[in-house]
This record gives sequence, structure tokens and C-alpha cells, in this order.
Amino acid sequence: MSAYKRVWRTVRKTIVQAVPTMLGIVILNFFLLKLAPGDAADVMAAESGSATVRSMAALRERFGLDNPILVQLANYLNNLAHFSLGFSPRYGMPVADPIGQRLPGTLMLMLIALFIAITMGLILGSLMATFSGRLADRLISIVSLLFYSIPGFWIGLMLILLFSVKLGWLPSGGDSTIGSSLTGISAILDRARYMVLPATSLSLFYLAIYARLTRASMLEVKSQDFVRTARAKGVSPFSLTTRHVLRNALIPITTMAGMHFGGMLGGAVVVETVYSWPGLGRLAFEAVMARDFSVLLGILLLSSFLVIVANAAVDLLQAWLDPRIGASR
Amino acid sequence: MAQARRELKVFFSNPNALFGVAFLAAVAFAALFASAFYPGDPMEMVARPFLWPGQDGAYPLGTDSMGRDVLAGILHGARISLTVGIAATALGLTAGIAIGASAGYFGGLIDDLLVKFIEIFQTLPSFVLLVVLVAIAQPTTSTVTVAIAIVSWPTVARLTRAEFRAIREKDYVLAARGLGFGHVRIIFREILPNALPPLIVTSSVMVASAILMESALSFMGLGDPNRVSWGSMIGAGRDVIRTAWYLTALPGLAIVFTVLALNLIGDGLNDALNPRFSEER
Repeated sequence: MSAYKRVWRTVRKTIVQAVPTMLGIVILNFFLLKLAPGDAADVMAAESGSATVRSMAALRERFGLDNPILVQLANYLNNLAHFSLGFSPRYGMPVADPIGQRLPGTLMLMLIALFIAITMGLILGSLMATFSGRLADRLISIVSLLFYSIPGFWIGLMLILLFSVKLGWLPSGGDSTIGSSLTGISAILDRARYMVLPATSLSLFYLAIYARLTRASMLEVKSQDFVRTARAKGVSPFSLTTRHVLRNALIPITTMAGMHFGGMLGGAVVVETVYSWPGLGRLAFEAVMARDFSVLLGILLLSSFLVIVANAAVDLLQAWLDPRIGASR
Repeated sequence: MAQARRELKVFFSNPNALFGVAFLAAVAFAALFASAFYPGDPMEMVARPFLWPGQDGAYPLGTDSMGRDVLAGILHGARISLTVGIAATALGLTAGIAIGASAGYFGGLIDDLLVKFIEIFQTLPSFVLLVVLVAIAQPTTSTVTVAIAIVSWPTVARLTRAEFRAIREKDYVLAARGLGFGHVRIIFREILPNALPPLIVTSSVMVASAILMESALSFMGLGDPNRVSWGSMIGAGRDVIRTAWYLTALPGLAIVFTVLALNLIGDGLNDALNPRFSEER
């Protein structure tokens, strides 16, 4: 079967699976919003400072909050279908606006952290598998278990202490030098300096997972017949590891990386609050502090949507790469 | 029985796992006897602020910006971490096993619906959901525990379902069914005991990640405001990290070593219970 056909099948299967999941999440989100203490009218009344029972009732009527719950749910779904996440009284703008502003920052942070985690994880995992059972393997596996046990926010603070406070090499927060008029390469370098510490803090946990996973799957692939054949054929050990073993060991890692998208978003929430990184996580934190549940739940909804998209992307990538996936059924 | 003895022997001949057990026992001891060593409220001011560790013998780990004893805080904090970690895991395991077992055992429409339900919870980014739940329910020790259980049961459910689907077709289960045993008896007496090993391994990792989640929540100020926890100590120490970094470092080390101990135990259990995966070691 051609690669196109496999990918097309996977696309269809993914859509059929994703739509009910998304609908379930939307409904859950709606009920969480209803459970939150105080509705939009309460928040606005508190903001204005002068509310009467009548003005509150008028506000509720305007926002449709006096309708039966199922009608409200239908309205909520209808708004979402028009890409409207509702209005945030706290920010005085539609919920989608602050979220849209902060999304690129978070995605950037996550992608760079994921890149660091996968590259370093593959390198460390290959080293462990190559020296399996020997000292190097044991040392790296203890280090990776340590990385796996360190809370992201704490390692973030410790990195700030070492690299910003004691050594003064890297900035301790923000995403670029305030008020600088850098352009071109120097602007990118400036941003990169701000990216190093948060991306490292976010990546360590996943780095540990990928290192262990790489080790396990490489050891498994190594014992298979085609590797023995390649070795008998006289393929050099380096090219055997990179071209034959590692390549096949990559499939479980891409699967895991897709599954970790949601976890990493959660990790970003904490890391962003440590580094005052202007992203979704920081926005979520501000929304909690301001008790702005419409923004908070907007973030939950959008991030779940991103998880679905990321998983679908991984499925497609694998259908493209691996002829065995998507061919059956 | 002989098998269980062999597994215990493998587990206890693993130095990493032994270190894990020893450290965890020390944490449990600290949690149990925190009130005996430091009967007062650990949030009370007891000495002058910013005593460095070792500066005053009466306060071996120093005092924080409000003059509170850091060692008392760490010992009392062990209590919160372990209680939340264990209680959330117990709740998550119960819910996950109940849902996963029903899906895997009954199959068909029930399975389809439950799998969809599990998938919804697995798609929601767990820490974001956790923050939302705790923010809505107001942070107390029990809401934090329940919220952590809500975000951690899906993993157990998936695992239980997979085990049940595999074991359901085994001869001894078919025999039990042929003898006319009821569903409840087959689920609890025939299948569950055989599905336990991977669940036991998972539970120690779950306690570890519950402790990490609790500390992250209380670091962000979403923990129980009336009780001292390792995360909230780090959150408070953060503001003075330039001058008194030990206030951030010490509670963090407590978290790292406790979580590391649990992960080492998890690895040890995995090697003991699933020898198949550890041949290369």
C-alpha cells in the first residue's frame, strides 16, 4: 500500500476518534465552569462595585445565565463553533485574545524543551545501551533517575541561583531584554539567552524518560535477526547503532513524545511562573490569582485541543514512516 | 508462595531498592513523629529570622524570613507530602481498577464507553486540569488529594484494562466461568490477583508523582494555606533566593530524595516482578 493511502486512512481514523473526545472535553469544561464559584455577573458586579439585585438580574439576562442549563450548554457549544471562548470581565476582552497572545511563547518553550529532551535522551540512552551493565550505564541511569525525581520548579530556582545570581551569566526571568532595540541576529541571540534556563528546567524530566526508553528499546532491537545480519555483513558498529538500531528504536520514542505533549504543557505552567515567562502557564497562574475562571477554562480547552492535534500529528508521522502502521484494518 | 519469596529476595538484594526503602522509612518516621520532636505549630515564629544552617545549634537547619524553624517545617512537611501522596494514590488506584476492570472484563459496549471516558481524561493536560480543579474547589489538603486522584486514575484504568483483557481468556478463568462462578468472584478472586504485579509497580511511581504534583501546587500558592508543606516553603524561600538560598534548597532536597526513593523502589519492584524486562541488567 502506498504511503499516501496509509496516511489518508490514519487521517480518517483519527478524525473519527478525536471528535467525540473533543465533545466530551467541551461538555466537561462547561460543567466545570458552572461549578466555579460566582458567575460572570458576580465578577462584573464586584468589579463595578455598585450592583443591585436588579442590575445583576439584567446582567444575567444579557449573558444568558438565567436560561436552563441545557440551553446554556447549547449556547456555549454554539459560541465555540464560532471560535468564541467567551468574554473575560477581568481582562475586559474576549478570552481568546490573551490566550492567543500567550500561546506562541508557550509553544516555543515546549518545542525547544522537547528538542533538548529528545536529543540528549537519545544520546544518553544510546550510551547506556552500548555500555549496558557497565559503569557508564549505571552512572547515567542513576543520573537520569535523579532528573526524573527533581521537581521542575525547584531545578528552575536552583539554575537561577547558579547561573543568574552567583555567576551572572544568564537572565533570571522574562523572554527578552526590556526596552532593547536589537534587531536581526542579535535579537535572536538575546531571546536565546532568556530561553536557556526555562527550556532546560522543563526538559530534564522528559530527558530522563527518553534516555531510559531509548536504552530499553535499543536493547530490544539489538537482539533481533536483522541486526545480527547487518553485523555479519560487516557494517561498522557506529553505523549499526545509528542506522539500524537507533532508527527502529525511534518509533516508541515518537509515540511517547506525542503523549507527553499534555504533560509538558502542565510542566510549562510551573516553569513559566518561576521564570515570569509570558506564556499560557503564566496566564493560567494570573487567572487563578484573579479568580478568572473563564480564562482558566479557556486555557484548559485550548490545551486539550492542542494535545489532540499533537497526537494526531504523531500518528500521521508514524503512518508515513512505518509501513506496518495503518496498513491493517 | 515460593514465587513471592523469590520476588522478595530479588527486591531486597537490589542495593538501589534498599536505599529507597531505607530513605522512605526515614521520611515516614519523620512524618509520624514530627509532633513529638516539634510539638508546637511549625508556622510559629521561634527565633530571629535568617539564621543560617549551623549558625545556632538549637536550629540546625536555620530559620526563615519569619523566624520559623526550617527543620520543624521539613519534618511537618513530610506529613503532608506522604499523606497526600498515599491517599491520592489509594483513591486513584481504587477508581482506576474499578473502571479498568469493568472495561476489560465485560468488553463490548461497556468497554467502548469506558475507553472513551478514559481517553477524555487522558487528553486533558493533567497539571492544567489539576490547577483548575483546585482553584474551583478551594485548596485544602482533602481537595488537593481528591484532585490529584482525579488526574491520576486514567493510567491505572488503562493498565488494568489491558491486564484484564489478556487474563480474561486464560484457561483458569474459563474454568471458573464454567463452574458457574459469579462475575464479582471471577474479577476479584481469579483475575485481579494475577493482574496485580504491574499495578504494584505503578503505585509506587504514582505516589512519587503525587508528591511532585502536591509540591508544585503548594509552590504556586494552591496548597492548604494553614499547613506547612515542602512546596510552600520553597515558594516562600523563592523571594529571598539571592540572600538566603538555603531556604529554597533544603525543602527541595527533601522532595528530590523522597521522590527518588520511591522511584528506586518502583524500579526494584519492576525488576523483581517482571523479570522478563530486566534480563539485560
